[in-house]
Amino acid sequence: MNPVNYLYLASLLFTIGAAGVLIRRNAIVVFMCIELMLNACNLAFVTFARMHGNLDGQIIAFFTMVVAAAEVVVGLAIIVSLFRSRHSASVDDASLMKL
Amino acid sequence: MNSLAASATLAASATSTGEAVQFWILGTVAVVGALCTILMKKAVHSALCLAATMIVLAIFYLANGAYFLGIVQVVVYTGAIMMLFLFVVMLVGVSAADSLTETLKGQRWWAAACGLGFGILLIAGIGNASLHSFTGLGQANAGGNVQGLAALIFTKYVFAFEITGALLITAAVGAMLLTHRERTERALTQREMAEARVRAGVQLPPLPAPGVYARHNAVDIPGLLPDGTTSDLTVNRTLKDRGQIRDVSAEAIADIKALEQRSADRLGRDEEEAKR
Repeated sequence: MNPVNYLYLASLLFTIGAAGVLIRRNAIVVFMCIELMLNACNLAFVTFARMHGNLDGQIIAFFTMVVAAAEVVVGLAIIVSLFRSRHSASVDDASLMKL
Repeated sequence: MNSLAASATLAASATSTGEAVQFWILGTVAVVGALCTILMKKAVHSALCLAATMIVLAIFYLANGAYFLGIVQVVVYTGAIMMLFLFVVMLVGVSAADSLTETLKGQRWWAAACGLGFGILLIAGIGNASLHSFTGLGQANAGGNVQGLAALIFTKYVFAFEITGALLITAAVGAMLLTHRERTERALTQREMAEARVRAGVQLPPLPAPGVYARHNAVDIPGLLPDGTTSDLTVNRTLKDRGQIRDVSAEAIADIKALEQRSADRLGRDEEEAKR
């Protein structure tokens, strides 16, 4: 097996995540799909690091994880405050910028 | 460990058979988990499926020689981020299922078609690239994976590393700011609450405690009134709405009856004598 299979898997996971963002309405699930896409990118970075024989890809994956953590914190806070004002976590309901 | 053996030789073209088997089994699990994430109706199920996918990805990181990232994936992603997701799912409501009405006509099918096309594009792109041999991390990981990463982070990427620190602090402050609720009215003092309660005149003393005869003090067991019926005041209304209240009034009376029966047996009295 060639490690390029990991790249195929990563692109498959990324595609599933992207389709999920388009299909789902629940803001939390949309957010989970974004996490799935970030994870797929990380797998691609780690595989690239192995294919090229240096650790830079792993560093980028590490930074992606840090950014994902920050993003999750802010995004979930936004979802919670949206839910407080609208009593719904559906992305269809949040069609206005103001409350 | 397969990867260590495989990456020891520079510019190999294939990994070990063990890693191939691992890839095909766990890769299936990862894809199924990802599909379940987007297809499950309830957000909790989606979160659990995503956690499974992330654990599989952690194993793939380990197989690819990213030992530090594999552990961090388990600790940070499945440990912290997914638990944060579950907390928010509990907060927002477990039953918050998707609305099935389509605001845009045929949006789901268009989305699925777009996803399919995008996937074909990506996979065809990778398939066209000439990637027949790979270097492997044997040399890069020679001094230890963590040491190698640290050497890069604190030299070449030190500026990016410091910026991520600023980003994390900003995110923490932002989350606090977003979820903080400003109090618009002054909080009532204890005196004012007491006066309001006297004015309403519904229940002046504290509510009676749950439990029966000092035998059961669980919160789901209502206290008994003098006539043997249960009192609704003694239990939480949420428990009553959920139907989780246990009525043990008959049980207590049966226990006393059994006790009397036993003492009568022990003292050698029969029923007639006891009645006299």
